[in-house]
Amino acid sequence: MHIIVCLKQVPNTTQVRINPETNTLVRDGVESVMNPFDENALEMALQLKEKHPGTRVTALTMGPMQAADMLKEAVGRGADEVVLLCDRAFAGSDTWATSYALSTAIRRLEPADLVLFGKQAIDGDTAQVGPGVADWLGIPCITYAQGIEVAGETAVVERAFEDGYEKLEVTLPCALTVLKEANVPRMASLRGKMAAKKLAIEPMTAEASGADPAKLGLAASPTRVMKIFSPPPKTGGVKWEGEEPVVVARRLVDMLRERNVI
Amino acid sequence: MGLKINREACIGCGVCVSTCPFGALALDEAEKAVVNEACTACGACVDACPTNALVLEVAEKTAPDLEVDAWRGVWVFAEQRAGKLQDVAFELLGEGRVLADRLGVELCAVLLGEKVKDLAPALFEHGADKVYLVDHPALAHYTAEPYAEAMTALIRRYKPEILLAGATSMGRGFIAKVAIQVGTGLTADCTGLDIDPEKRLLLQTRPAFGGNIMACIICPDHRPQMATVRPKVFKQPEPEPGRTGELIVEALDVPPAKVRVLEMVNTMQNEVNVAGAEIIVTGGRGMGGAENFKLLRELADALGGAAVGASRAAVDAGWISSFHQVGQTGKTVRPKVYIACGVSGQIQHLVGMNSSDTIIAINKDPDAPIFNVADVGIVGDLFQIIPEIIRSLKS
Repeated sequence: MHIIVCLKQVPNTTQVRINPETNTLVRDGVESVMNPFDENALEMALQLKEKHPGTRVTALTMGPMQAADMLKEAVGRGADEVVLLCDRAFAGSDTWATSYALSTAIRRLEPADLVLFGKQAIDGDTAQVGPGVADWLGIPCITYAQGIEVAGETAVVERAFEDGYEKLEVTLPCALTVLKEANVPRMASLRGKMAAKKLAIEPMTAEASGADPAKLGLAASPTRVMKIFSPPPKTGGVKWEGEEPVVVARRLVDMLRERNVI
Repeated sequence: MGLKINREACIGCGVCVSTCPFGALALDEAEKAVVNEACTACGACVDACPTNALVLEVAEKTAPDLEVDAWRGVWVFAEQRAGKLQDVAFELLGEGRVLADRLGVELCAVLLGEKVKDLAPALFEHGADKVYLVDHPALAHYTAEPYAEAMTALIRRYKPEILLAGATSMGRGFIAKVAIQVGTGLTADCTGLDIDPEKRLLLQTRPAFGGNIMACIICPDHRPQMATVRPKVFKQPEPEPGRTGELIVEALDVPPAKVRVLEMVNTMQNEVNVAGAEIIVTGGRGMGGAENFKLLRELADALGGAAVGASRAAVDAGWISSFHQVGQTGKTVRPKVYIACGVSGQIQHLVGMNSSDTIIAINKDPDAPIFNVADVGIVGDLFQIIPEIIRSLKS
């Protein structure tokens, strides 16, 4: 089985802060990490590899050269091969152009039985690239996957819904977007780290991917960012401090009853 | 095309580097700004540059062949599950009505499923002028491919200028495929929609970077302009009993599903779902452990059947399942009362609950950011205060 896992390097958005004086984003000291949901996609691939001997896992990303660090991390955890799709021609791609570019790189690789994605990336939060790539490739896509069993040409996948889950059966090849619930991502092994150290990553250019230049980057992206702004700073209401618990509890319950909400 | 840097004008101050939300700018050896592949041409640096050294070159029209004027009308995907219309369908009809009126066009609902014709009247009563219905066995249970095929076929035939869908498990799952198939843009998780009446553009505002910044997105040269909106972002309109419209039944040749549904399991049967709850009691890192969520359940019961929510920290710690998670990577909620207990109030959490009618926060740390959005902030030990609230509610 050949599994391609699409990864994205993202700023750790939980570390991003707003400077209260200028109301702008403070990025200083914010590290770049593998998108947390993509870690679960990679882990799903690695667990399938352990279960099904002969399986190979390819980690694919589109991004700046700096994203090679993340691919090395993927090798450290057990990915067999990596592809870094990197070219100024991809700059400014929205989800339409990104999913097209990734699909062209995937077509260059050995045919995949599974193409895995994280549920969404924590910087853009669109959750659109996985289904988009699947559509460019013409394969079915199951979103919000929390578990998978593969038997021969068939996979049984658990897809989460708002209030439960469904068991779905699909004939491979297929794309999945993976939830955090699917597994607990492993750390890189010592042996893996050694392998990653030796790895020299040559980027795949837009030309090498065979992509139609007219479908790449900002010019080909249907959506445009018109403006970026900081949400207005919020100020709270009343604060009750330094009073006996029983006093504030009564006052709160009285207030809720007065407002007729309980 | 994209961001251009005038190296002569650049004074190497680095303001653009720290302003860029995407980390796309750096200073090179000559202390001049350089841009990398992460640039999205958002323009934040252009506004920040003190010497006007940064210029955004406006993109060429990307779809000169498309007659955008031939596309008219606002469409809403009327999500139904097991024959029941989801609240988000009504919320989108309410907002869609406003947009359609501003553009002076019809508001249409798209209903996909099997034996779901009876749902059409409710859509008319909530503001739809027309309902497009595709009734087909392949659509009986949702799977992405046949839903995307049906929607794409309708769009090609009737050419709407705007299409809205709920950012639900279903909506997010298939609408991205529709966008690829019809070759147009799609903006995820919008929290605000408006119209530029002159250019007939949908102005789509959404949080990015976990809610740290807001972006306004447009889709100038492609149609339809497509957006997903999270449940509870817009309010449901009051239905107008007896209001009717035109039902258009489309006979489409929908290919059989590539994905087969084997089993459906409802895991929320015995619990109140935060998604539709009127009162939510949420626990965060300050709960200290799974066993302490019992206290929140007691409070929820004392409040007459409130839902129990959780912050990402509590879910990640394994104290409670992610079905309860509120926030950017969880659910967006809009209850009448939201009680945050031991929740610090990271921006990722706030974007999921800050439109609640009344927000109450209990936290030991007087500087916790949750107090900035709370109508009532109680500084103190939740393990002392919550039992008193329960006692007070029962008396």
